[in-house]
Amino acid sequence: MTKKEWPLYEVFIRSKQGLSHKHVGSLRAADETMAVENARDVYTRRSEGVSIWVVESKNIFASDPSEADSLFEPADSKVYRHPTFYDVPDGISHM
Amino acid sequence: MKEINIEELEKRFQEKIDADIRIEPKDWMPDAYRKTLIRQISQHAHSEIVGMLPEGNWITRAPNLRRKAVLLAKVQDEAGHGLYLYSAAETLGADREETIDDLHSGKAKYSSIFNYPTLTWADMGTIGWLVDGAAIMNQVPLCRCSYGPYARAMVRVCKEESFHQRQGFEIVTKLAQGTPEQKAMAQDSLNRFWWPALMMFGPSDADSQHSEQSMKWKIKRNSNDELRQMFVDVTVPQAELVGLTIPDPDLKWNEEKGSYDFGEINWDEFWQVVSGNGICNKERVEARRKAKENGSWVREAANAYAAKKAQRKAS
Ligand SMILES: [Fe+2]
Ligand SMILES: [Fe+2]
Repeated sequence: MTKKEWPLYEVFIRSKQGLSHKHVGSLRAADETMAVENARDVYTRRSEGVSIWVVESKNIFASDPSEADSLFEPADSKVYRHPTFYDVPDGISHM
Repeated sequence: MKEINIEELEKRFQEKIDADIRIEPKDWMPDAYRKTLIRQISQHAHSEIVGMLPEGNWITRAPNLRRKAVLLAKVQDEAGHGLYLYSAAETLGADREETIDDLHSGKAKYSSIFNYPTLTWADMGTIGWLVDGAAIMNQVPLCRCSYGPYARAMVRVCKEESFHQRQGFEIVTKLAQGTPEQKAMAQDSLNRFWWPALMMFGPSDADSQHSEQSMKWKIKRNSNDELRQMFVDVTVPQAELVGLTIPDPDLKWNEEKGSYDFGEINWDEFWQVVSGNGICNKERVEARRKAKENGSWVREAANAYAAKKAQRKAS
C-alpha cells in the first residue's frame, strides 16, 4: 500500500475569452490531468471559467516578501513614468 | 537586516494589520498567529466536510427530483468549501493528511451543530435557513480577515452560501403553507434546531478564550454575542412571516435597544456537545473515518494510473 500524498497544484482560471488567467487557489491531485478535472469541480461549479491552468506548486519560484522593498524600490523613485507627473496647460485636450 | 529582533517584527506585523494590509503566506508572521489560524481554518474546513453528513442523509429521500438536484448541489458546494479551506490551511504549512487525521482521531473540533440528527425532511429546510444563515453571519465579516488566502476563500464561500439559505427557506415556506401535518413538521424542526443554531456563534463573550487576541489580529471581526444578536434580529421576522413560532418564551422586541431580547442558552448542552457527547458525535467522526478508509483504493488507483501515464510519456 502506497501512502503517497498527491502533489499540490495551483489553479488559474480564465473567466472569459479576452481576460487573462487568474490564480484562484490550489488543490491536490494525482497528476495534472486529474488536477484539471478536480479544478473544474472545485472552482468552476457556476461557470466561473472557460479555461483552466494548473501548475504544480513546487514549480513556482516566487520573489521573497522580505526583500520586496529593495526589489521594487527602483520603480518607487521614478514618478516621471506616470502621466500625472507632467503639467499640462489649461485648455489642452486629447492628451 | 538580520539583526531585527522578534519584538520589532511583531510590531511591524501588528502595524500592517492595523493598516488593513493583508498578510500573505510567505510574509513573516508570529508563530501564535500561524497556529491560531491553522486551528481556526482547519476547524472551519472540518465543519464544511462533516456538515455534508446530516444533509447527505436525505438526498436519496428528497420528495422530488427538483429538491434532490438542489440538495445534491448544495452538499457538493459544502465539499468545495471544505477544499478551499484545507488549501488555505496548507498555505500556512499545515499538512493536509495530518489535518484530516486530527479530525478522525477526535483531536480537532468542528461546528457542534452537525452533531444533531436530521430526523425529517423539514430539517433540510431548517438547516439551510438557520444553519447556513448563521454560517453567513459568521463568514461575511471573515471576507475582510487579515489573512489573504482565508479572506479570499471566504469570498467564494459567501457567494455560494446565499443559495443555500434560500433553498432552505423555500422548503420551510412550502411546508409552513402546506397541510397541518406539514406545518407541524416544519415547526417541530424549528423547535429542535433553533437553540443549537444560536450556539453556532460559540460561547458568550465572557467565556470566549481566544477572542481578544483574534480581534486584534483581525482574524475575528465581531464578537460571538454581537453576531448572535444580529442573527436573532434578522431571523425572527422571517419566522413570523411564514407563520412559525420561535421556541423561546423570553423572546421579545426591546424598543429601547432596537433589537430582540432572548432567553438564556443552555450552555451545559453546548459544552457537552463540544466535548464529544452530542447525539451524533461518534457517528459523524466514524462516517468520515470510513469514508477515508473506503476511498483509499480510489486514491491508490489514481496514483497507479498517474505513474503508468508518466512512464508511457517517458518511454
Ligand atoms: Fe459552507
Ligand atoms: Fe452552506
